[in-house]
Amino acid sequence: MSTAPLLTVAGISKSFRGLRAVDQASLTVPQGGIVSLIGPNGAGKTTCFNMIAGVFRPDEGSISFAGKNIGGLRPDQICHAGIGRTFQIVKPFKDLTALENVIVGALRTERSTRAAKKKAEGVLDQLGMLDKRDQPAGQLTLPERKRLEVARALATDPKLLLLDEVMAGLRPTETDQMVTVFRELNRKQGLTILLIEHVMRAVMALSQHVVVLHHGQVIADGAPEQVVRDPSVLECYLGEEADI
Amino acid sequence: MIARLIEGVPRRALILLGLLLVALLAAPLLVGDYGLSVLILVLYFAYTGQAWNVMMGFAGQLSLGHSLYVGLAAYTAAALYVHFGIGPWLGVWIAIVISMAAGLVIGFLAFRFGIGGVYFALLTIAFAEFTRVGFDHFTWVNGSGGFFLPVAQYSVNDALNLRGSPTMFYYILLAITALAFVFCRWLLTGRIGYYWLAIREEPEAAQTLGINVFRYKMIAVAISAGMTALSGVFFAFYYNNLFPEQIFSMNRSIELILGPIIGGVGSLFGPILGAFVLTALAEVLNDVMVALGYELPGIKLVFYGLCLLAVVMYLPNGIWPPLRKWLGLGERL
Repeated sequence: MSTAPLLTVAGISKSFRGLRAVDQASLTVPQGGIVSLIGPNGAGKTTCFNMIAGVFRPDEGSISFAGKNIGGLRPDQICHAGIGRTFQIVKPFKDLTALENVIVGALRTERSTRAAKKKAEGVLDQLGMLDKRDQPAGQLTLPERKRLEVARALATDPKLLLLDEVMAGLRPTETDQMVTVFRELNRKQGLTILLIEHVMRAVMALSQHVVVLHHGQVIADGAPEQVVRDPSVLECYLGEEADI
Repeated sequence: MIARLIEGVPRRALILLGLLLVALLAAPLLVGDYGLSVLILVLYFAYTGQAWNVMMGFAGQLSLGHSLYVGLAAYTAAALYVHFGIGPWLGVWIAIVISMAAGLVIGFLAFRFGIGGVYFALLTIAFAEFTRVGFDHFTWVNGSGGFFLPVAQYSVNDALNLRGSPTMFYYILLAITALAFVFCRWLLTGRIGYYWLAIREEPEAAQTLGINVFRYKMIAVAISAGMTALSGVFFAFYYNNLFPEQIFSMNRSIELILGPIIGGVGSLFGPILGAFVLTALAEVLNDVMVALGYELPGIKLVFYGLCLLAVVMYLPNGIWPPLRKWLGLGERL
């Protein structure tokens, strides 16, 4: 694993009507690395993702990817730059079959629909969903939709994959399957991954590096074992619990 | 390319389409003058519905102002013919360009400024409406008094100038409708089709997959408007008279979209089936009522209403999708 950062987020902020959702957050994702972004609900994780993915333009700060400044680009331009993402609330193309969903992604790099179909089949196979290929996406179960979401993003051939809570709602065995899939992608294809995750089982198993966000600010940043013992991290999680 | 058109289409679907085409080709020999005029109307609605379907059914953009494109094109081709002697086969291209331009202006205003859904539909109505008012005062084409083309001699078929018998019009329209069907199939099975469907289903996810949503919506509007222009030109040369009150009216826009809605929005054959059901059955019903001795002038509208009601309640995807499934004809037809 080389250590040159693929993604560098430097001091980005975003406010919504005076609420500072993300406040001067910085993080780096090394080439070939797996980094997790964790934090309590409402910490600003998804907002952070949305800024990287081009949904929101950061109020301040800069985002650079593979040496290029990508702050303020549109989501489709971000995709072409080489960043794929999934949505926390899955957004399948419901009336299309699973295969057709993935073909849409594969068309980013493939010139013909036939080549895209072939590639999409490969990606579905990789995620163990080839048997669902002809099912309309609207009829898939939630875990299947989450996997479809990943397949669709993968089909665009990203260098960096942003995963927004793809493990939420999965059973532990399903989580382990997903972890295996991402590990293999990371190891075999050198895919770099930045994930938002609440399922600590997955976070601990996957990430080499963890960034903790609380009230929009990065409060801890380091190796997983180190971060979970950090007093400020424990306080923000347990403090939340104590309030209830 | 041809391989892509028929890939995944069951053989019996091709056979049925072939039989339908043969039946339509032979129809003028079998039906009388009146039957032919009904069939022309059916094809007119089938084709125009197909054009509208590109925008709504494929790309998910609801237009309730398609009469704008019909009207602009009809007036363009008619005015070129009457004032400058430019024939319809040349005029139609100019008409297509003008209709496309109008579509692109509306599309640009809406999509650039994030106007979607119902508000987009309202915008399309507004444009059709003020164009209607504008043409009421457009003296070059005789304003609200109506614009007339020299009436055709039924005995001489002058296909170059679209002057002639209904049979000639019927075959021209049949060719256009068949080509439009193939063209839409081609669009739908290509990159653009996948992109449109993705935009229709989930625009945000589509954009994340690298699709320039604005551009592909604009292309949908341009193609739909351009296709609709052709029916406008046909309308002008077939009916020989144009009134802003009629051709730009909202009723026309609604009439155009009833076929695809009843047949099945987003399907390829839905608009054709819908046009048959609505127009042909309405005429048959009318005839039956007359034969039984009941003269009920409004019966057609009641029939439209009942059809729409039944479809909305029992077949929200239209008549065609369940029928297609029952006949085992695959998904994308």
